[in-house]
Amino acid sequence: MNLSPDPWVWLAALLTLCIYSFLYKDNPFYKAAEHLFVGLSAGYFLVIYWYNAVYPDMVVPLFKQGKLLCIIPGLLGLFFFFRFIPKVGWVSRWSIAFYIGVGAGMSIPATMQMRILEQMKGTMQPFFSLETWHVFVENPSLASFGALIGIPLMIVGVMCTLSYFFFSREHKGVLGGMSRIGIIFLMIGFGASFGYTVMARISLLIGRVQFLMSDWLGVID
Amino acid sequence: MRRQLPLAICFVMGVSMVVQFFIPHRVSQEFYRTILDWYRIVFAFSLVLGTGTLIKVHWAKISKKSKGWQYSIITIGGLVFMLAVGFITGIQEGTLFMKIFEYVEVPLEATMFSLLAFYIASAAYRAFRARTVEATLLLIAAVVLMLGRIPFGYYLWHKIPGIAEWILTNPNMAAKRGIVIGVGLGMISTALKIILGIERSYIGGGK
Amino acid sequence: MNLEKLMRIDRRLIFLLIALAVIFPLLFPIGLPTHLSKPVQDTFNAVDSIPPDGPPLMLSIDYDPAAMPELYPMTLAILRHCFSRNIRVLVLSLHRAGPGIGEMATTRIAKEYGKKEGEDYVYLGFKPGFGAVILRMGEDIHGAFLTDYYNRPIGEIPMMREIHNYDDIPLVICLSAAAIPELWMMYAGSRYHQTIAAGVTAVSAADYYPFLQTDQLVGLIGGLKGASEYEKLVNELEERLGVDKKRKESLSKEEYEKLQVSHSKASAGMDSQSIAHLVIIAFIVIGNVAYFAQRRRKR
Repeated sequence: MNLSPDPWVWLAALLTLCIYSFLYKDNPFYKAAEHLFVGLSAGYFLVIYWYNAVYPDMVVPLFKQGKLLCIIPGLLGLFFFFRFIPKVGWVSRWSIAFYIGVGAGMSIPATMQMRILEQMKGTMQPFFSLETWHVFVENPSLASFGALIGIPLMIVGVMCTLSYFFFSREHKGVLGGMSRIGIIFLMIGFGASFGYTVMARISLLIGRVQFLMSDWLGVID
Repeated sequence: MRRQLPLAICFVMGVSMVVQFFIPHRVSQEFYRTILDWYRIVFAFSLVLGTGTLIKVHWAKISKKSKGWQYSIITIGGLVFMLAVGFITGIQEGTLFMKIFEYVEVPLEATMFSLLAFYIASAAYRAFRARTVEATLLLIAAVVLMLGRIPFGYYLWHKIPGIAEWILTNPNMAAKRGIVIGVGLGMISTALKIILGIERSYIGGGK
Repeated sequence: MNLEKLMRIDRRLIFLLIALAVIFPLLFPIGLPTHLSKPVQDTFNAVDSIPPDGPPLMLSIDYDPAAMPELYPMTLAILRHCFSRNIRVLVLSLHRAGPGIGEMATTRIAKEYGKKEGEDYVYLGFKPGFGAVILRMGEDIHGAFLTDYYNRPIGEIPMMREIHNYDDIPLVICLSAAAIPELWMMYAGSRYHQTIAAGVTAVSAADYYPFLQTDQLVGLIGGLKGASEYEKLVNELEERLGVDKKRKESLSKEEYEKLQVSHSKASAGMDSQSIAHLVIIAFIVIGNVAYFAQRRRKR
């Protein structure tokens, strides 16, 4: 055991334990740590905004370089705070409208390109590949079989998943069958995501345990 | 002025941002750059707005001495303290601001999220049941993934990592692609509805 | 054991078992080797193909402390990869919690490799606006970032004189716990045909496979497992390049061992990951056996 002499490490360890105390039951130590986190984060973000955004992008151009056009976004930004004054709260709608309008306009061509066209291009592949068939016949194995059925499975999967999200017609007949197959694909996809989610959560715990055992207690390297 | 002007601003900005995409002219490019610069500044203020709401909520709790008001003092105190430290010391590595970030904020946030490891284990035990065919498929895919992504899985059966990879690159990809395309179509239609003033909930109620 | 009892087991016992499953392998490592996956190898190859002292890699640190156990080892490994091959790096953040993490990682690894700020790497810091920042950089990085993280005018930084937009950036790697890689693909990928790779938390890794198949992403590092694979590749590279040997000669034994540990942080966690996964699978199996037995009895 090689306890850390660093008071900062001790503080971090203490706060870590305060949060973990919630696993036993809710208690004042957890609540205090939780509220401290909220306050510090908000303060941290404000400082970062100031140094990285407001000061270099608005204060310097406007007051040091005399770029008067910066007044417009500055005013639009300040209008947001009119929300706190009920009588003139409607002024903040101008800022929100600018913000939402630019965001919506910006996203339309990019979404079309990235989510629709590229993904459709990726799906439009030859349904049957002679090459993978030859590989399978010459060397029948789990891997070559997987490669053989991969593309047809992907094409069927995409079509059926999309038909599951098609709500303009009742899901019966061919559409009903397709959407049923779509559910199967979706479930496998969600299962994969769940498996990965378990992995992610465990990783977070490993990170904290590594800190406690290595940086603080010094029982591992 | 109160309802029509915001709708007009939204329409003009939305349409011009779409149109400029197809016009590589110098004037259009200059307009595009200016709007992007303005957007960044407005965006920064919108984020600060959230902090304003946080202060308002906690300040009300303290002044009314509502249940747990003492904790609100910690929140407001933490915020003011971090602000003061940031403006006095600056934000470089080695400053008190960065020390607090590394040794207070990082452990608090990382530990809070690591609690989920315990709850997901508990949920796996109590709620993850093979009640239907669909749920069984989900369960099998999850277990194969969990085994396929750890070194131990390879030693259990050397083909498990390959099967996990196959699930990811075939049925999983097909399902996720369906979702990606579906969400994309939804995003485009929502954006169009906003620009055209059909969807106007962002304006809020009232006059 | 009574099945009713088994179903109503105190959840704190489950918590304890999970804690032990993580702690024991850290105390008594098994040392199971990590096997490489294609998306990680592809990311490594994409970084490795950038010429030394040429155009820089753009590294976008778009995550908060909650994702650090998974993404911080990735960040360090990518920076080590670049610095050991003298690849220049342009670091920035689009997530408001990212700049502190970026500052910590970049400063530390640059110091370890003796790299100079402004010449070998530039830390641009944070800029709010996500898509708007990505689009603006496509026009002119100097317009999107007027100063670096330390408020130094961008035009005064030597490395930035040759870098104007994505034409001067061979590869962008976005490390994110949210959907920010999608924004990079949407805006930098679609409009400016920028080559992009991503490092993501395991939670969202499965969602990015459609983009790998279409080459919208040239590589993907997913979760702690991906980080451990990348670490392994960088450690092997440093051995090949002789970086490790030089380090061994110049440092004391204690300092060298300490560095070795920090260079394998993700790999060290993989034993715990293995055991914890097995425990959770056991939970699922026991829970289902108990459930079905109970259901049969009720019938």
